[in-house]
Amino acid sequence: MIEIRDLEVRIGDRVIAAVPHLDVGPGQCVAIVGESGSGKTTTLLAILGLLDEAATVTGSIEAFGVRSPSTLRGSKIALVMQSPQGALTPTMRLGTLLRRALALHGVRGRAAADRTRQALRDVLLEDEILRRYPHQVSGGQAQRFALALALALGAEVILADEPTSALDVTVQAEVVAVLRRLHEERGLAVLLVSHDLALVSSIADHVVVMKDGQVVESGPAAEMFAHPAAGYTRELIAATPELPDA
Amino acid sequence: MARYLARRLGQAVLVVFGVVALTFVIMRLLPGDPAIAYAGPKASAADLAAARARFGLDAPIPVQLWNYVRDLAAGDLGTSLHTRQPVADDLTLAFPASLELVGAALIFAVAVGLPLGVLAARYKTRFPDFTVRLSSMLAVSVPVFWLALAVRTLFSSVLGWFPVAGEYDAALDSTSPLHVYTNITAVDALFTGNWPMLGSTLHHLVLPALVVAAYPAGVIAQLTRAALIEESAQDHARMARALGFGETAVLTRFSLRPVLNPVLSLIALVFAYSIVNGFLVEAVFNWPGLGRYAADSIRTLDTPAIAGVTLLVALLYVLANLIVDLLQGVVDPRARTR
Repeated sequence: MIEIRDLEVRIGDRVIAAVPHLDVGPGQCVAIVGESGSGKTTTLLAILGLLDEAATVTGSIEAFGVRSPSTLRGSKIALVMQSPQGALTPTMRLGTLLRRALALHGVRGRAAADRTRQALRDVLLEDEILRRYPHQVSGGQAQRFALALALALGAEVILADEPTSALDVTVQAEVVAVLRRLHEERGLAVLLVSHDLALVSSIADHVVVMKDGQVVESGPAAEMFAHPAAGYTRELIAATPELPDA
Repeated sequence: MARYLARRLGQAVLVVFGVVALTFVIMRLLPGDPAIAYAGPKASAADLAAARARFGLDAPIPVQLWNYVRDLAAGDLGTSLHTRQPVADDLTLAFPASLELVGAALIFAVAVGLPLGVLAARYKTRFPDFTVRLSSMLAVSVPVFWLALAVRTLFSSVLGWFPVAGEYDAALDSTSPLHVYTNITAVDALFTGNWPMLGSTLHHLVLPALVVAAYPAGVIAQLTRAALIEESAQDHARMARALGFGETAVLTRFSLRPVLNPVLSLIALVFAYSIVNGFLVEAVFNWPGLGRYAADSIRTLDTPAIAGVTLLVALLYVLANLIVDLLQGVVDPRARTR
């Protein structure tokens, strides 16, 4: 579904992300892990062509056979951002945002209403939330609404950028449960950016470890958590108390 | 929304009380003796005493304050020392003319400044942005009296496209007399169907309104551009792009509304500022507005008139800010919780 080859993102002379090889297949969950500034979010935003104008992107990013995946924004590829309420337009009711997004992709009238109702049900939200503004919902509700947007638009891949890091522990569990269910039951592919290795180990099929803009290790999740090859990966795992030391 | 409205109205009432007290103090601090200004420099002691008694200046200060507030409540702003007319009557004639001029100017400023700000933000650092920034900088920095004279010379004296001065063609007073309801000539002409008067008023209004609009249009364009660029870099704008919306839609449908609040605040300030500070434009175009009345009052040390203008302008600030507060509550739901 998504194939990245020899991706390099530069700002001026500085390489802020270099990913030689990354694939996300149908129904697969791939996680990019690493500390802040390692290039995880940059890689994610490069896929949708959402990097700042100052960034120079070389290499190849292909999604659903299209060489310019930014044309698939919303329709095939959806984004869930780190700041739950901050990612929603502050002066717009959630229902208006959803209706406008659906209309943009040609879904109107009864079809839009049906999709909206189904998507909200899938993420365990009530219809009433559509009348609220972002500041009137909780962080967990806002994050689940972002997932509902992706579902309503019919996205097949969700790019999730630290989707739980701005939430408290109980709300994190709610959002993770919804994300896992959509991945496992609905077969949605997920490219997850996180520094939460406990979350990654519980949901990811494949893991890419990044440090200082470079990929230091990449492989199946179970194998990597059991036998990390790179010293940096071992440090990350050792720093996560919920995981057994490698 | 009702609580927000009540809170804002309560604050406005408190400010009005403060303004009234401050106006009274300003009247007492102004240099010169109003009694001399009224009775003349050669008046006898008895004439001066009579003038002081007439204006209540011989009473103790607390009594004067009470009398001032009581008269205000009855709509009495005193008598102008210069025109010898009640100040309230003078303001009733001068203020609507200024309101007409500044209102037209602000409509033009918003209609031009806002789209130009959006255009500049949309094509940031490109040719349209450069053009908008340059022209708005010129509009803000050119002295208003120079602009008024230049515009009048070019479009009235040289090209003859617009009348040189006045609010409307004086000949219409006999051929198409206006039924006065609001004292705002264009509005009265419109609602009474007096088309020759309406046409003449609008024709006379174009040049002074353009000159008054130059500064607010430039500031609105610059503020809108800067605020839009900042807002369109926020996460919610990135999310809109991720949903598939194009750059123009991200700016106009997602980012514009959150940035309208500072623009509305600016419009309120510019409105009240222009009402009294447009006197140079009013002088150049012989527009019978409040600016000219204020300038004449200051020149003649007409204390009641100065106090009346001060009070009116302060109340305008309060009213304009109240309206903006309410509009901000409508535009941005977050404002209602503040």
